[in-house]
Amino acid sequence: MDAGPVEILISAILVIGGFFALVGSWGLARMPSLMTRLHGPTKVTTLGVGSCLIASMIYFPAMQGTYSAHELLITLFLFLTAPITANMIAKAHLHRQGRAIDPNPMDDIAEGLPPTGVGTGWATFEGQHRDPADPPR
Amino acid sequence: MIEIAVLFAISCVGLAMALNLWRLARGPTTADRILALDTMTINAIALMVLMQIQQGSAVYFEAALLLAMVGFVGTVAYCKFLLRGDIIE
Repeated sequence: MDAGPVEILISAILVIGGFFALVGSWGLARMPSLMTRLHGPTKVTTLGVGSCLIASMIYFPAMQGTYSAHELLITLFLFLTAPITANMIAKAHLHRQGRAIDPNPMDDIAEGLPPTGVGTGWATFEGQHRDPADPPR
Repeated sequence: MIEIAVLFAISCVGLAMALNLWRLARGPTTADRILALDTMTINAIALMVLMQIQQGSAVYFEAALLLAMVGFVGTVAYCKFLLRGDIIE
């Protein structure tokens, strides 16, 4: 059985996946503030893990002859939960910075968030509150 | 060829986990530590997937799936605790 092209494809995807996982964590270690640090793990590392899962998805049917849908489940779950996780961490960070609990001097938002430019404030702080002069449309 | 690629990927993910550990120890804020822990979970999933490619067996799938789910729930619980001072209100 000549599996040359499949091997090359799996190896290339594996190398890309490892590289992206490393770059995401390098960004986490290297960036100055939390809002910039969020970019690395949530996007780049998710892509790296996705590449590893795609490599596994190709490897097992092509090389071992076994099929399973676990990789699809893991991929779906990771891609669904990564944005939710980032949103929760950013929210927790904003609220703690707003109350000056363990502030980071490298963070731009230490002195407060900029104005939103619309009638309402930032949604995470003033969820349902609306300005009486600006009734809901 | 696949063996070398898998070794390269495992080394990259291992180095990434070391960087995450550094950020986890360094901080400086609590949200940074939560983010580092969440990234370590995702890297552990990648390590498990790579290990089963290296060994040619599919025994780590359930562990990777469980780690994906429990890691997400744990991160959300940490954030909820930071936000509200309580997890289940």
